[in-house]
Amino acid sequence: MERTSVARIIVVTSGKGGVGKTTTSAAFAAGLAKAGHKTVVIDFDVGLRNLDLVMGCERRVVYDFVNVINGDANLNQALIKDKRLDNLYILPASQTRDKEALTQEGVGRVLEELAESFEYIICDSPAGIERGALMAAYYADDAIIVANPEVSSVRDSDRIIGILGSKTRRAERNEEPVALKLLLTRYAPSRVQKGEMLSVDDICEILAIELLGVIPESKAVLAASNAGIPVILDTESDAGQAYEDAVARYLGEDRPHRFLSEKKGFFGRLFGS
Amino acid sequence: MPSISQPIADATPAFELKGRMLTLSVLRPLITDHNQLAAQLDARMASMPELFRHLPVVLDLEAVRGQPLALAELVDCLRQRGLIPVGVRAGDEADEAAAVAAGLGVIQLGAEPTRRPEPAREPPPNAGLVITQPVRSGQQIYARDGDLVVLASVSPGAEVLADGHIHVYGTLRGRALAGVQGNSNARIFCQNLEAELISIAGVYRISENIQETGRGRPVQIFLDGEALRVQSL
Repeated sequence: MERTSVARIIVVTSGKGGVGKTTTSAAFAAGLAKAGHKTVVIDFDVGLRNLDLVMGCERRVVYDFVNVINGDANLNQALIKDKRLDNLYILPASQTRDKEALTQEGVGRVLEELAESFEYIICDSPAGIERGALMAAYYADDAIIVANPEVSSVRDSDRIIGILGSKTRRAERNEEPVALKLLLTRYAPSRVQKGEMLSVDDICEILAIELLGVIPESKAVLAASNAGIPVILDTESDAGQAYEDAVARYLGEDRPHRFLSEKKGFFGRLFGS
Repeated sequence: MPSISQPIADATPAFELKGRMLTLSVLRPLITDHNQLAAQLDARMASMPELFRHLPVVLDLEAVRGQPLALAELVDCLRQRGLIPVGVRAGDEADEAAAVAAGLGVIQLGAEPTRRPEPAREPPPNAGLVITQPVRSGQQIYARDGDLVVLASVSPGAEVLADGHIHVYGTLRGRALAGVQGNSNARIFCQNLEAELISIAGVYRISENIQETGRGRPVQIFLDGEALRVQSL
């Protein structure tokens, strides 16, 4: 695949499963679209697709990523336009196939075609370090490494960071390396204070990559995915706002981290912690 | 097809043949039973698989000369384990014939006394590998014939190995094995010891057995006789 346009390919990956990759992919895609950029988000988790559920378009899936790779359908037939945001499109995964259906050459062709009309292409990676995850990461320019403040998640993220340094097209061609950005999710400041949970500083010291954002543990995330709405569109919630901050930082704005300490209510301040 | 009248100077060269001095490992079979040899090799390789992978070796058949050695089977055994036999040491016509039959080269090695214990190899001066990025979980770095310097941290689940010393200017969290070819003078230096396993010339200690006093500060690790010592810097 040769790049003629300036579309930016972002992979959202983690190594560990269940840490918030799909939630983050949906939130980021919606955030970038809201900021005026034409964005497409692709589900690479063939066989275990969830992006369509989290985006609320599961009842409009006709053709999927594998159909396009195999030539059964063209991109326009498979892309689903989001109902809430004009600039946002979704390319769902197949539920009946598995990751063997993805080929590097096929993925490259689809990305090349998408790059002609989109500014941002977000690849929602499956968990693990095998084929699906490697395919999602291969053509990436930027990588958002999602991690929970928890030892196994951090270890797995370290592993995937190592892999991004060698098994991507940029690494193979000795080009500028994939830009790595850390997104910590499910952060609970009260537990960090009690010493039950790894702190942001601990994790940044271990992983040694740029911190993009910290998303607090929030009930809003479950509510949003059940409703099929990317959580960033729930502007009242802490998680939604934290994602908004993260998208702004990605786009170059300097925003302080808002949710690193426990928010105390009136009684909390009156009586101490 | 080039015509005969074309001057030779116009023809672009297709290859070059150059002389090179190489350092190669020598494997001396001491018995003719290649299965038993392979079993012992497996045991040795189990602790240091990376060392042997794709290692070119010259076979020195002097110790088993005159005995019935199935060279082709031995070569197969070695290849199956990832070793690459490249030739047989010159010195005996029968050996050389067997080499040719097995598809191996005949290699002149320098004059060697017949029985010589392998001395511990000192790391050659100025040889070394410098790593500037963190060594991530699952990565393995081996500084062959020299020292290893890491200007960052070593993550848990990563492995750093060297024939010489290992210096980590950061936190050592993974496994560090120095002097892997037998150099018991090799040392490990780090700014913060939280390693899963440390080893010098095969003498190792796991994290559980590293005393608390050795953790969390700059230390050097060296062999004192048969025992590993962890000393503050």
